[in-house]
Amino acid sequence: MISMKRILLASTVAMLCAGTAHAADLTIGFSQIGSESGWRAAETSVSKIEAKKRGVDLKIADAQQKQENQIKAIRGFIAQGVDAIFIAPVVATGWDTVLAEAKEAKIPVILLDRTIETANDGLYLTAVTSDTVHEGKVAGEWLVKAVAGKDCKVVELQGTVGSSPAINRKKGFEDGIASASNIKITRSQTGDFTRSKGKEVMEGFLKAENGGKNICALYAHNDDMAVGAIQAIKEAGLKPGKDILVVSVDAVPDIFKAMAEGEANATVELTPNMAGPAFDALKAFKDSGKAPPKWIQTESKLYTQADDPKKVYEEKKGLGY
Amino acid sequence: MIRLNTAALTKAMPQLLSLMLILFLNYLAFPGFFEIRLQDGRLFGSLIDVFNRGAPVIILAIGMTAVIASRGVDLSVGAVMAVAGALAATMTVAGYPLPVVILAALGAGLACGLWNGILVAYFDLQPIVATLILMVAGRGIAQLITEGSIVTFTEPGLIFFGTGSFAGVPMPILIAASLLAVAIAVVRRTALGLLIESIGINRSASSYAGLNSKLLLLVIYGFCGLCASLAGIIIAADIRGADANNAGLWLELDAILAVVVGGTSLFGGRFSILMSALGAVIIQAMNTGILLSGFPPEYNLILKALVIIVILLAQSFSSLGGWAFLKGEFRSKGTKRQ
Repeated sequence: MISMKRILLASTVAMLCAGTAHAADLTIGFSQIGSESGWRAAETSVSKIEAKKRGVDLKIADAQQKQENQIKAIRGFIAQGVDAIFIAPVVATGWDTVLAEAKEAKIPVILLDRTIETANDGLYLTAVTSDTVHEGKVAGEWLVKAVAGKDCKVVELQGTVGSSPAINRKKGFEDGIASASNIKITRSQTGDFTRSKGKEVMEGFLKAENGGKNICALYAHNDDMAVGAIQAIKEAGLKPGKDILVVSVDAVPDIFKAMAEGEANATVELTPNMAGPAFDALKAFKDSGKAPPKWIQTESKLYTQADDPKKVYEEKKGLGY
Repeated sequence: MIRLNTAALTKAMPQLLSLMLILFLNYLAFPGFFEIRLQDGRLFGSLIDVFNRGAPVIILAIGMTAVIASRGVDLSVGAVMAVAGALAATMTVAGYPLPVVILAALGAGLACGLWNGILVAYFDLQPIVATLILMVAGRGIAQLITEGSIVTFTEPGLIFFGTGSFAGVPMPILIAASLLAVAIAVVRRTALGLLIESIGINRSASSYAGLNSKLLLLVIYGFCGLCASLAGIIIAADIRGADANNAGLWLELDAILAVVVGGTSLFGGRFSILMSALGAVIIQAMNTGILLSGFPPEYNLILKALVIIVILLAQSFSSLGGWAFLKGEFRSKGTKRQ
């Protein structure tokens, strides 16, 4: 069993070494979760692009959604003596031992996209994540401006029940519309972050709200559900984007296609560029020795139909979403 | 074709009553539940939604009934749906003509089913284990085909399978109804149904009686795979895209539940495809009702579980001759039994 593990470790290291053909300023190991979603694939490809821009040699280890693989990969990176380690942690707990090993080897660790639970936050340098509450708030504030004081009944497509982005994006949106008494959420159901459930739930909303005539806007916790819901709105004989305003979160390419066709109104970006800010923070740390703040919040940028959605679609299309 | 005699009706009573009760509750939650109108030449209403959204599970349940009647189970149907949808979408995007796309997707489903059948019939793997392999691997295959992204298409021919209609009736309903009619005719107008029941009750006895049980199992699992791929095409066409991560996710459980609610035993033997389809409609009527009711989503699964428990208990009660049993108990009260 032990020898088996050694072989695995050695082969991981060997595989990682294979990428080091050219001399680079920095060598960074990135333990990526795996291919769980289009966004994840985009994060990986954007990380590669950002690394190339800065002349960083980025070694990516795919953990196939398993923490044990991530720990193995991190140990491999430590054995190799990389300059820094990036981790997109698949779960929140169980990192203390391996991170202590990295600290002992004096290799700084930066968390990307998700944070961990640990008693000792000195184990990592910083975490680069988006603020999902803020994302919801940006969407809500857009709607307040868009309806400009008119009465507006909103239906909400939630993410998976109990998941932190669903809880936070709901809370953020409610905060965003709190000041506007003219906006009310009349129905809220989960669409499980998927297109087909988004469509099915929207069909229900449309029927329950007088064929959709009572609905003024749709807020979806992710773009995929919005894309499904847009089809349901069309099949009900209404015009998405006009009869029912559509605002969602994530900024995946397909929502830009819908925006270009006037069927969606706005989306808040969950940027796949988590590595860029991490590289910058690391460089500043290496140069000046000054530790960055424990949390680096990425920008939650709002895109509307005015932002040339066609162009953004073309830019994002190739990122592997 | 389906002779409705009183005995069959009595047997179907728990399910029919459950469906009526759920539809009535839906009506209470949303008074417009039974309203149907034409929208762009297509029937439009909550009741239509029940059948339209239920169609994929009805199709899965048709194949699953045959598998369960043979004392097996197919856990891979959800993953096979994802594979078929992924293949259909990527081939459409690559520019293949519609008939080729449909045949390839159905062929992939058939191949997956035959693979399960070979493992079960010829290698004697337990069905739950044999099909678990493809349940896990199938989604991986689908992700390989789509390269992890949602492959969207705009080809009207393929989209027609999901959102088109004929004489106002949405295509998924038509496809499910046709498949249902054909499947019932084939198993009940020929000896096939009897043979499936016999290997479900006792496979070795059936083999000794001269039945080629291996070939029959292969056909059953192949058919189940074929049904799954058909359902996969429909749901991909419905959202105009193949979502390898989520297409058909957990639907194998809904299909098994539909069969069980329909009254077919997991221990194989006697089965009814029509009742399984009714089971699928009951499940979907409940889902649609929950969506219309406006309850917070945290209650979805609890409500669903409660309704299922009540249905299954009612069923078990009635099949045990529950009323007669109760009567007997009351009568025997006071008289000491030896």
